[in-house]
Parts: sequence; C-alpha cells; structure tokens
Amino acid sequence: MTVITPPPTDTTIEQLVTPGGSDPHSSRGVFHDVWVIARRGLIHMKRQPEALSDATIQPIMFVLLFAFVFGGAIKVPGGGSYKEFLMGGIFAQTIVFSAFGVAMSIANDRKNQAVDRFRSLPIANGAVLGGHAVANLLKAFLPIVLMSLTGLVVGWRIHSSAVDAAHGYFLMVAFSFAMIWIGVLLGSLVGSPEGVTGIAFAVLFPITFIASTFVPVVTMPEPLRTIAQWNPTTSLSDALRELFGNPNTPALPSDPFPIQHPVLYTWIWIVGIVVVVAPLAVRVYRKSTVD
Amino acid sequence: MTTSHPIEATGLVKRFGEKTALGGVDLAVPAGTVTAVLGPNGAGKTTAVRILTTLSAATEGTARVAGFDVATHPTEVRRRIGLAAQDATVDPLLTGFENLVMISELHQLSRSAAKARASELLEEFSLADAANRVTSGYSGGMRRRLDLAATLVADPQVLFLDEPTTGLDPRARNELWEVLDVLVERGTTLLLTTQYLEEADRLADDIVVIDHGRIIAQGDARSLKRQVGGDNIGLIVTDPDRLTEGAEVLSKVTGADAVIDPQSRSAVAPTSEGVAGLADVARALADAGIEVEDLGLRQPTLDEVFLTLTGNPISDDEAEEAAR
Repeated sequence: MTVITPPPTDTTIEQLVTPGGSDPHSSRGVFHDVWVIARRGLIHMKRQPEALSDATIQPIMFVLLFAFVFGGAIKVPGGGSYKEFLMGGIFAQTIVFSAFGVAMSIANDRKNQAVDRFRSLPIANGAVLGGHAVANLLKAFLPIVLMSLTGLVVGWRIHSSAVDAAHGYFLMVAFSFAMIWIGVLLGSLVGSPEGVTGIAFAVLFPITFIASTFVPVVTMPEPLRTIAQWNPTTSLSDALRELFGNPNTPALPSDPFPIQHPVLYTWIWIVGIVVVVAPLAVRVYRKSTVD
Repeated sequence: MTTSHPIEATGLVKRFGEKTALGGVDLAVPAGTVTAVLGPNGAGKTTAVRILTTLSAATEGTARVAGFDVATHPTEVRRRIGLAAQDATVDPLLTGFENLVMISELHQLSRSAAKARASELLEEFSLADAANRVTSGYSGGMRRRLDLAATLVADPQVLFLDEPTTGLDPRARNELWEVLDVLVERGTTLLLTTQYLEEADRLADDIVVIDHGRIIAQGDARSLKRQVGGDNIGLIVTDPDRLTEGAEVLSKVTGADAVIDPQSRSAVAPTSEGVAGLADVARALADAGIEVEDLGLRQPTLDEVFLTLTGNPISDDEAEEAAR
C-alpha cells in the first residue's frame, strides 16, 4: 500500500511560523459587544466610591435632609405632606444629575485612552457608546429603587392607580435614558473629567434648583419663576407628583402650559432630547474620538 | 491571504491643519521580522503607528496591514493586529484578569474561552499573582506587561508597540525586552517605535530613522551605524592640560575630527574599526605618553545619530511638540 504524503503547502508553513495564521474569530454581533462594554461600566460604578455615592448615599441623604431639616419650614400651597411633595423633586433631581456621571465616564475614557484601545479592536460600530448607554441605564435603576425605599420609610406613599404609578416609574426610566445623551454630549464636548465637574456644578446645579424640586415655584420672584415653570426639572417633578397622587401646588388657569400639563410636557422633552440631542451627541462623540 | 510583507505603506502623509506630521513615508516590513522606527519625540512615530492601526486616517497615501487596506477594511485589519499604545491603556478600574477577559471578548471569543485565554496570558506574563488586583495599583512595568498581554489575546499576525519601554526603569525594561524576544522567536511580525538606538539595536532586524515626518535613514543596525560613522571612541585624560594633545592623537588615528569637552576632560571621535580602532588609539596614546583615566568604545547616542544624519541636533521645538 502506498501512502502519498502531500508536500507541505505554503499556508501550513505560514501557520507554523505565524501564530496568527489561523482564521480570525467571526463577529458575535453588536449586542455582544455592547454588553461586554456595558459590564465594564457597571464594574466601574462598583469600584468608584464617589460615583457610587452619587447614585446611593446622595439621594438618600437628600430625602432625609429635606424631609427632616428643611421640610418643617416649607409649606405646600394647596396643602398636604411636604415629605410626599418632596419625593417627586428628589427623583427628578437625581435623574437630571445622572447626566454628570455619564459625562464623567465619557471624559475618563478619553483621558485613559480607552477610546483608542477600543478603536483598535474588531468591534461593532457604535458598540462603545451603546455600552455606555446600557450601563448608565442600568445604573439609573439603583437610585430610583433606593429613593423609593427611603421615601417609604419617611412616610411617602403612592396614592394613585397601579397604571399611573407604573407610568411614573416608566417616565423616570425614559428621562434617565434621555439624560444619557445629554451626558454623552457634555462629556464629548468638554473632554476632561475636571472640565466636566466644573460644567456640572455651573449648569446642572442651577437647573435642578431653579425648579419645583424642593419648593413650589409660586414662591419664586420673576424672572426665576418663569424659568422654573418652563424648566423640565419642574415638569418632571410635577409629573411624578401627579402620577403618584402626591400633593402639589394646584395649577392656575393663568399658569403656562408646562404647569398645566406636566406629564405631556415632560414627554415632549424626552422625545425632543432623544430625537435632537442623541444624534448630535453621537456625532460629536465620534468626532471627538478621531483626529 | 497573508502577504510576504504584512506591513506595507506607500507615501503616507498626515497633516493636522497647517502642520505636517508625516511627509510621505514608505514602509515594507517582511513577515516575521522586527522593524524599529527610531526618532525623537514629535518625529511622527506615533502618527505613523496610528495610521497603520486604523486609528487615524492618512491625508495621502495608502497602507496595507496583514493583507488589508487600513482605510477601506479597518475591521479586517483590527482582527489581525495587536496595538500597545504609548501609555499603557489598560483599564485602571478593572483587575488584570477582567481587563484581559474584556479584550478577549471584544476579540469575539466566547466568555469561557476569554477567561481561559486571560488566565493563560497572565501566567505567561508573570502576572498571575496580581490577576485579581485592580490595575491602578500595578507598577509601570506590570501595566506594560498587561498591555502587551492584551495585544496578544487574538494571536495577532502583526504587532505594533509604540515606545514600549519609555518611562520604565532599567530592570522593567530588560524584563520587557525578554518578553519581546519570545514573541519574535514565535515569528510575530513586529513594528515598534523607540527613542533609544540601544533598544532598536537590541530588538530590530531593520531600523527606520524618522525625523520631521520623513525617513532619513534605513537599514539594519550595522549598515546604519556605518552610515552614522559607527561607534565612537571616547577618552578622558588624567591631566586636563594634555586634553588637546590627546584629542590630536585620537583624530590622527581615527582620521576624524575629535570633539573636545574641556569640562569633562574628554574627547570623542567616530570610528568604523570598532575594537581594532580602540587598540590603535590606546597604543598611540601610550606612545605619546598621555595618561588616560578612561578609554572606551561607545555606541552613538540618538543625538549623535541625528547630528550625523541631519547635521542638526534634535531641536527644541520637537521636544515641545512632544509635550503637546
């Protein structure tokens, strides 16, 4: 019996010499890549005490502080418990402020050159930004749950129907999603973590305070009152109060549209941000990651 | 298909506005060889690496890496290359293990395969003990090793290392060189950038000297040294008054102008004869009765290479550019 041994071909020699001669692994798809990068974002949150405190200790502290320290001095026009009035505002403030965390993670990626590392890998287009978005959306649940529990402890209750309450929570998640894109835009434009911190305190703080977050807007002088009335933080706070059946300042016929229809006005903002800001943020982010 | 030249570039030009970072660079790196791109800060080394690794688009010119055009098939290129950027880009908040698992997964390995690969590489790079520590606590050398390990998860055909040893202490640098030796033995095609002639000489088959975005010399270490006049013979006289005499002897034997530095009582002249030239100088000095404190053969420094090749020392604005 004759055994014919074929001469070694060029490719086998190549494979012996070059370990990379084997076939590169085929793509596992965009969702796989997004999830791998999202998991990294979640580990980041776990390992960054200051970021974790933004999402846990800070909202709890705000609930306790306003409920027990300032609460006694603030009266809700129209009557009702201030602690119950407060919760919608605290939810809204934490959600609006979540853009800061997103911006920080984008800026840190740039600082640590993670952007280049990812770009040199064979990953799906948009997976890095997608991973940031998913991680931040998941991160948004933690403070919402913790605040709800703290609220229940201090005496906050949901008085509305299950459908309205679910609508309220869905509104929070949707607004969190919208704020991610504000954060991406901010992080991409500013670029450095220090810059992001500066902007956050100069912009986000006033936005969350010149609103019905902690006090009824009727107590504010003009023009602050008008700004507060149109501020989406106000409408988000008021929408949550309405959807959870919590006390709120009654709207007067002379009040502007956002005060009359806080839920609708909040949804308009969410859709507006997602339609206008998100594509812009993606563009600016892309531009910031190539030279 | 694997080409015989896994890295091929023709006429690469990169402009940032008015500034030209690369002014037409051609490269051809044969499979399984090591090429060092040698140059000072701001010469365009990183720009070239960024173009070849798809991170940056060339203004003009084309490049093929691992058989694919970097501009038109970036994903195909990325599947086949590993890049260790100038600053180790490992994630500071992840452990060494988590870093490698993530990179492996992004190289499209399954989670279990990624974990196995990560453990294997940590072992190979002597990082197993630190596997579950967050990398922000790693030393510079450990971070570089992890970064290098990360570039190897997918068994790349072509490896790019941008200044792999800059900022490392001599011990960590030696350790890294040993790791690179192993890679080279395995036949990986390697392109590295460096500011140190010693490093290029130690690791590379071919050296490309780059300055102001242009290749100013190219060849193996030996031919390059011939171009820059080979090694230097340096002497330090015991009696400062006899320095001029000593320098004259040095000039006469080497046939080149000796450079005198009265401050250190030293004179330096290039030689193409190596050790034989050194012996001649020693004999001539003894004959002239000039006592020397030190006499030796020195490799030209990058400064001297540049001085010879360009007639200019490394300029200050290059150092400034590098600090950008």
